[in-house]
Amino acid sequence: MSAALDLEDVRKVYRAGEGEVVALSHATLQVGEDEIVALLGPSGSGKTTLLSIAGGLLAATAGRVLVGGRDISGATPGELTRFRREQVGFVFQAVNLVPFLTARENLLVVDEIGGRRKGPESRARADRLLEELGLAHRAGNLPGQLSGGERQRVAIGRALMNEPRLVLVDEPTSALDTRTGTQVMELIRTEVKGRGTAAVIVTHDTRMTRWADRTLHIDDGVLSAVPAAGPEGGDAEA
Amino acid sequence: MRVALRELRRRPGRFGVATGVLTLITTLLVFLGGLLDGLFLGSTGAIRAQDADVLVYSAFSRDSFLRSRIGPELRQEVERVPGVEETGGLGLALVAARVPGEEEPADAAVAGYQLAPEGVPPTPPPGEAWADRRLEADGVRVGQTLLMGPAEVPIRVRGWVEDTSYLLQGTLWVAPETWRRVQSLSRPDAAVAPGVFQVLAVRGEGDPADLARAIEAGTGGRTSALTLDEAVFSLPGTAQQNRVFTGIIGATLLVAVLVVGLFFVLLTLERTGLYGVLKAIGASSRQLFAGVVAQAVVVTAVAVALGTALAVLLALAVPPEVPLQLEPARAGITALGMLAAALVGSIVSLRRVVRIDPATAIGSAT
Repeated sequence: MSAALDLEDVRKVYRAGEGEVVALSHATLQVGEDEIVALLGPSGSGKTTLLSIAGGLLAATAGRVLVGGRDISGATPGELTRFRREQVGFVFQAVNLVPFLTARENLLVVDEIGGRRKGPESRARADRLLEELGLAHRAGNLPGQLSGGERQRVAIGRALMNEPRLVLVDEPTSALDTRTGTQVMELIRTEVKGRGTAAVIVTHDTRMTRWADRTLHIDDGVLSAVPAAGPEGGDAEA
Repeated sequence: MRVALRELRRRPGRFGVATGVLTLITTLLVFLGGLLDGLFLGSTGAIRAQDADVLVYSAFSRDSFLRSRIGPELRQEVERVPGVEETGGLGLALVAARVPGEEEPADAAVAGYQLAPEGVPPTPPPGEAWADRRLEADGVRVGQTLLMGPAEVPIRVRGWVEDTSYLLQGTLWVAPETWRRVQSLSRPDAAVAPGVFQVLAVRGEGDPADLARAIEAGTGGRTSALTLDEAVFSLPGTAQQNRVFTGIIGATLLVAVLVVGLFFVLLTLERTGLYGVLKAIGASSRQLFAGVVAQAVVVTAVAVALGTALAVLLALAVPPEVPLQLEPARAGITALGMLAAALVGSIVSLRRVVRIDPATAIGSAT
């Protein structure tokens, strides 16, 4: 079976005046079908660039990007839009729920965009996800009526709504206190592992890496493995 | 698109300013349209009502009722033109009418006719008239006898007819001899001999424009024959009024386009983050733009409904001497114009929506 994410010698270079800035340098990474990889690195290290390239938000300057065996390196913007709609789930740093939609509607918006499910089927899946996330009683609340942790849980539900091959999580605990952050990470692990889905989690908080199967470090665009003991133990390798 | 419509429902206040401005623009447009229709319909009713294909004026009259004269001999020439089936003499005199019980005289047009216009009964007996309903506002009542012009020629009102006014004056439809008497006694310098009319109303076969050309050719250039549409726009000031009002209405619609365009461009700029997230999770630019268009159309539709209702209410307070006439057809055209303005205005946002980069959703904490 193909890897959920396969980066082969990926480079990303930005032009800056006369010179170039290398955001990602010859990154090679494989993430297994139900593997959770934590990506640790300081600000400006290239971790967001890697996440964006893996999610089809940015095009790599060189190298190959395969998600679920599908090469998206040369995809058109339209193909990338469809790819993101069908193959990837995102949990953003700032949560970024649609402020005028209820928790349930924030999940349903994924199906409305994708058109993969209709009416009752879509509502049933959204309600099931909210139930799993412990938010059934908050389904009709707007994001402004939810706590930070609850909003992050809704965002996790939204990321899982389209049954993605790969979930990309950007700094999920940066706006949360330690206790809530821990709960959110536990939830991400439970939901992702329970579905056999792969996840890449970008974080700068080393305490959160214990929820990952593997931890990688990125600095100046260079990926490297770091020893990290996840809940299931074992060292990580890029 | 459903997301965009939910936003409208959940955050109506956000669209309040645009709805308010567009409502006022609609009210202005309905009023302008009402004035245009009031002036146009009030000026041209006597011509539009003619149940004829062509109106024939004498040459060199510059298509003016007052300057035109068609004698019996010229009329026979017209009747000999192939395609002409029936002719009827028509004459108009603009005079003041003394109304019983009223201090102010009423401005009236006395029209002598042979072929009954649409909605006007056959020629009444001499000294009697079918009166245009517009004269009711001047205190005229059925059964009254009006005294016409300085010679105070008596004309008794037999009943009402609708939408037949001439140059914003209510028309009294009378027998030709009654018109000739009023004309001769009130304007001795422009007296009309028996058998002479100002204009001939002609019924015929085939295309009216062809018939008009045939009449002009058949009378050796002694006539100027106009279709009814041409005759309507030959009335003094009518074409100019139309051009001026159409220009103002067009400029106002342009303002509506700018309002919609500016408002939704600002809204799109404000939503850059949200649209970035929606694009990141798979929304296409087309879907997001469809949402913008849907919002613009709904906001405009609400504004059109409110603005039209407001205009109708305000029209009740307008004095009767102001030629304001609110027509359902004009309201429909205004609504379509506003919706078109909404579509055009929202297109301004298209480029902004397309340029939003979904990558901005990642790594953004704002």
